Amino acid sequence: MMVTIKDKVKTFIVDNFLFGDTSYELADTASLIENDIIDSTAVLELVAFIEDNFGIAMVDSDIVPANLDSLDRISSFIKAKAETLAA
Amino acid sequence: MCGFGGYFGSIRDAEALLTRMTGAIAHRGPDEQGKFVAPDAGLGHARLSVVGIGDGQQPMSDETGNLTIAFNGEIFNYVELREGLLAKGRRFRTSSDTEVILHLYDEMGEDCLSLLNGDFAFAIWDNRHRRMVLARDRMGVRPLFYTSKDGVLYFASEIKALLKVPGVSAEIDPIALDQIFTLWAPIAPRTAFRHIHELEPASVMIAAQEQVTVKRYWQLDYPHRDAPPKITNEDDAAEELRALLTDAVRLRMRADVPVGSYLSGGLDSSLVSALAAGMTPRRLQTFSVTFDSAEHDESAFQTKMASTLGTYHRAIACRAGDIAGVFPEVIRFAERPIVRTAPAPLYKLSGLVRQAGLKVVLTGEGADEVFAGYDVFKEARVRRFCGRQPASHMRPQLFRRLYPYLPGLQQQSVEYLAAFFGAGNAALDDPLFSHRPRFKTTAAAKIFFSGDLRAMLKGYDAAEELASRLPEAFSLWHPLHQAQYLETRFLLPGYILSSQGDRMAMAHGIEGRFPFLDHRLVEFATRLPPEMKLKGLVEKNILRKVAEHVLPTAIRERTKQPYRAPEARSFVGAGELDYVRDSLSEASIAAGGLFNARAVANLHEKCRTQPASGFRDNVAFVGILSTQLWQKNFTGQEVGAARAA
Repeated sequence: MMVTIKDKVKTFIVDNFLFGDTSYELADTASLIENDIIDSTAVLELVAFIEDNFGIAMVDSDIVPANLDSLDRISSFIKAKAETLAA
Repeated sequence: MCGFGGYFGSIRDAEALLTRMTGAIAHRGPDEQGKFVAPDAGLGHARLSVVGIGDGQQPMSDETGNLTIAFNGEIFNYVELREGLLAKGRRFRTSSDTEVILHLYDEMGEDCLSLLNGDFAFAIWDNRHRRMVLARDRMGVRPLFYTSKDGVLYFASEIKALLKVPGVSAEIDPIALDQIFTLWAPIAPRTAFRHIHELEPASVMIAAQEQVTVKRYWQLDYPHRDAPPKITNEDDAAEELRALLTDAVRLRMRADVPVGSYLSGGLDSSLVSALAAGMTPRRLQTFSVTFDSAEHDESAFQTKMASTLGTYHRAIACRAGDIAGVFPEVIRFAERPIVRTAPAPLYKLSGLVRQAGLKVVLTGEGADEVFAGYDVFKEARVRRFCGRQPASHMRPQLFRRLYPYLPGLQQQSVEYLAAFFGAGNAALDDPLFSHRPRFKTTAAAKIFFSGDLRAMLKGYDAAEELASRLPEAFSLWHPLHQAQYLETRFLLPGYILSSQGDRMAMAHGIEGRFPFLDHRLVEFATRLPPEMKLKGLVEKNILRKVAEHVLPTAIRERTKQPYRAPEARSFVGAGELDYVRDSLSEASIAAGGLFNARAVANLHEKCRTQPASGFRDNVAFVGILSTQLWQKNFTGQEVGAARAA
């Protein structure tokens, strides 16, 4: 079975911000801030993870909740960024 | 300064119990111990001799033998009160402040509390009315705990004395744990120990055969936000405050032993030290902590201030690993889990004072609550400012200015800053508006709670309980005053004065005195218009004015550096102590039953590999480790093969 971008991101979030607690039901649209899953330090960890694992360089204007505050948003952002790079 | 314990009711082996109780708190009063036993009542006392050294032994009875007191603390205005009593024909057998309380109580009953200017907790056995009267100072400087067992009321300065009562055992209170992992402290009268309570500050308990009543004799109050201010001229206000503070320091210099002063290098302790230095015929001794991490260290300012004042200054270094070295002792004295390490350096500091041969120190504690010094006050103001124009991209940038010492925040986009602080979408009429972000980010650490603990706490909300305790008039106060009330009424006694204050100082038999918490000064500050305290984003504005001509400009104009200490990274990495590894092992965590063992193991590993852990991770690490140490120390439950350093 193919591992999707969303799966990889979810695994990272569960491992690093939920400390492996798989009982937590992390909905694809759930806000990571509102649900206390990430703080300001964790955002920087998330950015480093995306850059290291998806070959994307994120500029300051990319690092906003509109791009990163849920699994869906992160996944869409990575796809769009990858397409831009490929174009 | 001392400690005491006692009971009201019928018990066996009273003398032996009182000996055990006072023995458990002997660190509070290493100079003398005493006991008093009457039918159905007993008092035990461990004394630190500071006032009336030769004749202030306790428990002390009046000449009729009907009133007997055990007293912890100081009545700073006892000289004036004594003169008034002498003028009325009262005769004194000692020179102590203890006897002054006895006479006042004899004249006025519990109404005498309104006359006392001091930091105190006491128990008076009133044989005339067959009742035990327990009371505590207004701000909650001195502690007093109680429990009941088989119809007998037991009380003591520290909980460890109550654990000497047969049948009283230590058991964690899950609600208290939730409160600590949200608000940083239990909401009094709750303590970390199930069935053991704290007498709230400014309260008196009267225990008689028929009933036990508790009432407050003083309230922290603020004016209606729309009321015309009674104080309008800032220069006059500063002058009045200078006089009040000078008198508060003068009263707190009263002792039959030398009085020293803590000197952090900030505005508050510098001001107190400067005033004290001008009042003592000897060279003032000052004490401070230094850190080897630049973000925490203030030694340059400490040295400058000590040199300016010409004090005899000593500093103790808190190096990497030192916090871990003393942390088990810190928890034993704090008697509760804590989510910050800040008490640990203060434990070391009081040890330094003891080594220097002093028993009493002044501190600058309280000024940040009373004169709006904390970042949380500025943060709330910026959040309200953002809330008025939620679409603004400029306003959230002010958060960066508030927290120059938090690199994670400096690198955030405006959108993230707004989101993290709930700027723009928070309800402006929320009574806890000022503290919501802190409570929320702290409570995020509860993801480590075990399934069983979560099930026990299902439906419980610590912040909502706090909101339910607010006085009726709260909603009518200015937002700054609401925020100050939350800090002063709850966090100050619940954490600052207890975990960081009394318990860390008394661990080494040191008495801290707090001029900024003189009730006359506190009451004056409540009447000041908010802008005189927090002017724009300049904290403690009025206090800076008082400091003119007293402190060097560099100290006076410093932006407050919050007192913080290294957190998780103090415990991990090379040289990690055995007890840390053992306490956080999966076996230990599983045995404790309060946390998710796998998640804690992952957190421990993350803190080892990523030293710059975020706020939530630090809170969780320190909170979990301290809870494990609390369990081991007080319940005797083995957490793995834990070996305290």
